[in-house]
Amino acid sequence: MSIAMAVVEQVAAAARDAGVDSVQQVRLEVGELAGVVPDALDFSFELACAGTALEGAELIAEPVPGRARCEECRAEWPTGMPPQLRCPRCAVSTGQLLSGRELRITSVRWAGEPEEPEPVRVREEC
Amino acid sequence: MCRVVDLQQSVLAKNDEYAQRLRADMAARGATVVNLLSSPGSGKTALLELELSTARQRGLTVAALTADLATENDAVRLARSGAPVKQVLTDGLCHLEARMLAGHLDGWLPEATRLLFVENVGNLVCPASYDLGESLRVVLASVTEGEDKPLKYPTAFGLAHLVVVTKTDIARAVGFDEAAFRANVAQVNPGVEVLLTSARRGQGVGALLDRALAAGDGAEVHRPVMAVPSAHHHS
Ligand SMILES: Nc1nc2c(ncn2[C@@H]2O[C@H](COP(=O)(O)OP(=O)(O)OP(=O)(O)O)[C@@H](O)[C@H]2O)c(=O)[nH]1
Ligand SMILES: [Mg+2]
Ligand SMILES: [Zn+2]
Repeated sequence: MSIAMAVVEQVAAAARDAGVDSVQQVRLEVGELAGVVPDALDFSFELACAGTALEGAELIAEPVPGRARCEECRAEWPTGMPPQLRCPRCAVSTGQLLSGRELRITSVRWAGEPEEPEPVRVREEC
Repeated sequence: MCRVVDLQQSVLAKNDEYAQRLRADMAARGATVVNLLSSPGSGKTALLELELSTARQRGLTVAALTADLATENDAVRLARSGAPVKQVLTDGLCHLEARMLAGHLDGWLPEATRLLFVENVGNLVCPASYDLGESLRVVLASVTEGEDKPLKYPTAFGLAHLVVVTKTDIARAVGFDEAAFRANVAQVNPGVEVLLTSARRGQGVGALLDRALAAGDGAEVHRPVMAVPSAHHHS
């Protein structure tokens, strides 16, 4: 729930900054090891959006698989779930996580006309 | 019409920043924060009661802040040690955040405090994502919770600096398989120390206090594989 609330807060703030009063869609990268359950996130996102500029907005969560690398033998492996963070080859504990803890709002889709155009951050029109 | 905008904002970056600031503020005043995380009822408060009284017997200045969804029972229990204790009611929020914690410490945390124990809300999901500016993150599980707890909550156990097993006095009665538990911890957090404790018997109380003091004295703390410094920052 807390993550959904944080997402809504940040997007609402960005919408205010952009002079936008309605948000249609939010894209979020969610690492496999971020500690967030996608179904739970969907549910709490909907609740957290109520009464904000995100009311009715769609959440698109893009999963990011966990990957790790061994500092010792340079092997790289998918961590899986539950994750295996010991090197599967040499069993030492010198692994390093390469990806999987992402929790990042990658893009948002505003609804309606903004008060001021924002040329720099616009990626595409639709 | 509508527009798609690249936002590229990490959801936790702001909390991470507050946590970093709090850690620096605490270090500057010679205090160390220990963050205690577990499921409800694992025995955080029971162990903490002993940590506080043992610390006071050793002449250390300690304090505790305990966060709960409701009731002040934990604070009442902890205050019996004579240490300064603050109860935070999170009003439905299932975890503490660095900024909230800083706000609660402001004007309350006694100047000379060397160790501050924070009992997080009993929950292994959300609190795991929020750095509180702690120098030592302790994740606890009681012997009654099953050996696969670390696999069910890999983010919580994977980010622990120290894993504590509680209620070992009843380990035999409940058939706790210590080797299996240790193997599961090692899978998600290779190299992390697992400390056995019992509040009933006073087991491991001094050892946990020693780990907390060592972390405060700048001793090297275990670095979990999952703890990627850049995990939440802009790419
Ligand atoms: N046998 C045994 N029971 C314990 C021990 N430590 C705690 N308990 C019991 O476990 C229950 C929960 O203990 P608490 O210390 O309140 O647990 P907690 O983690 O603080 O609980 P919340 O704050 O509600 O999340 C109580 O009934 C305690 O008496 C122990 O070392 N041995
Ligand atoms: Mg408690
Ligand atoms: Zn290797």
